[in-house]
Amino acid sequence: MKKCIITVVGKDKVGIIARVCTYLAEANINILDISQTIVDGYFNMMAIVDTAETTKDIAAVAKELDGLGKDIGVNIQCQREEIFEKMHRL
Amino acid sequence: MINQFEVIETQQMINQENLDVRTITLGISLLDCMDSDLEKLNKNIYEKITVLAKDLVKTGEKIELEFGIPIVNKRISVTPIGLIGGAACKSPEDYVTVAQTLDRAAKEVGVNFIGGYSALVSKAMTKSDELLIRSVPKALAGTERVCSSINVGSTRTGINMDAVRLCGEMVKQTAEETKDEDSIGCAKLVIFCNAPDDNPFMAGAFLGVTEGDAVINVGVSGPGVVKHALEQVRGKGFEKLCETIKKTAFKVTRVGQLVAGEASKRMGIPFGIVDLSLAPTPAVGDSVAEILEEIGLERVGAPGTTAALAMLNDQVKKGGVMASSYVGGLSGAFIPVSEDKGMIDAVNVGSLTLEKLEAMTCVCSVGLDMIAIPGKTKASTISGIIADEMAIGMVNQKTTAVRLIPVIGKDVGDTAQFGGLLGYAPIMPVNEFGCDAFIARRGRIPAPIHSFKN
Repeated sequence: MKKCIITVVGKDKVGIIARVCTYLAEANINILDISQTIVDGYFNMMAIVDTAETTKDIAAVAKELDGLGKDIGVNIQCQREEIFEKMHRL
Repeated sequence: MINQFEVIETQQMINQENLDVRTITLGISLLDCMDSDLEKLNKNIYEKITVLAKDLVKTGEKIELEFGIPIVNKRISVTPIGLIGGAACKSPEDYVTVAQTLDRAAKEVGVNFIGGYSALVSKAMTKSDELLIRSVPKALAGTERVCSSINVGSTRTGINMDAVRLCGEMVKQTAEETKDEDSIGCAKLVIFCNAPDDNPFMAGAFLGVTEGDAVINVGVSGPGVVKHALEQVRGKGFEKLCETIKKTAFKVTRVGQLVAGEASKRMGIPFGIVDLSLAPTPAVGDSVAEILEEIGLERVGAPGTTAALAMLNDQVKKGGVMASSYVGGLSGAFIPVSEDKGMIDAVNVGSLTLEKLEAMTCVCSVGLDMIAIPGKTKASTISGIIADEMAIGMVNQKTTAVRLIPVIGKDVGDTAQFGGLLGYAPIMPVNEFGCDAFIARRGRIPAPIHSFKN
């Protein structure tokens, strides 16, 4: 398993999750966990995904998701899980 | 499992508090490039660097994207050229061709600086070392990315005052050679005492002779992250303050360790060390001075500054050491003037002086760094400042360094512009009483005794 964390932050609107999930499905990335909240109209989503089977390079996925975010008008980041794991776990 | 708060904290550090990996520096040994034929030597150096470092920038950029952490610089350090060029270089001009080769190789592989145009002369100079030092002004003026450092003293050998005198002259000449760009050549020239072999930070990076053939060293940064963390503990006691710095330094260093490990794995080059330094940039919120002010100083330079800096430096090391398998380089807090917005402001309001900076270097990780002084300052005075700083390093068994920029044509009240990460600096006044007779003496200052510590 090769986990990545995807975060989406921005103004809420119709279809954010749909578009992110469609992209992930097309890239053959499996969603392991997904949580979402809305605070003061701001959309906040975090997904833990498995990129082991993806057809794409993770750097490319990060770049494309960033582009998709700009397209939707939200901020999307895709980062390998190790950066959080290293920082917050001994 | 990682929770949302932890993810948000990390992202905030990166996106808002300027957390970054300041540099991945690939150390390359050039010992096997030596040749008595100058042309052959240059060819060997160019080939070795361009082959070993060809994937450095690409690898760095890929890690950046995958982990979502900026890696600001990809750089190269090499074996001190004073050791490599001895057989082939018979004049300073010969050495300049080697500097040009390094510059070409750096451009070819896309790194922004290459360090190691250096000489280690802490006890005495060989003819070859002296030729290299004399070539520094032309070498730095004629290249864009080459950095030079000269180690003129150590706790074990004392201070080579002949080299100190020569370095003062070379700093001045380098300033003259690059006077059209506010003497920027001097920003690429560092004079050291007790220089470490594995420093990833420029301008003082070189690969020591005790190192292997190639090594990945990483320098982390993160003054903004520490500043933000300290904002949460305003008014609290020293215990809480120190704990907060340690925890933050730990987190920052872990990122460096992760990146170093990945870079090493991907390039098939051993991991050397993580340098856990707080390295500021001229950007707002990326300043060591602001941390000191958050700790409780009205302005950097005020009474209490040295104590606050000593504490900060020590806590950064204590927090960072456990986060990395190997720590090295200069590790601590950097206090360059031109590269730190808070330092620049403190100089401008008259709080921070050269003398206070000198006191601060007794407890920080490096020395008098990126300080612009009047262009009319005499070479002997520059040598005097270098000697003072070297003495601090020698006696206290620490690394100290001097990177002074006598800005030709400018005086107190003017500002020098260096651009980019090098920033800008108000010209600081220098004590105008001379030390010519002291600097004119030949020989070296003996190594200090380490008993009877008082």
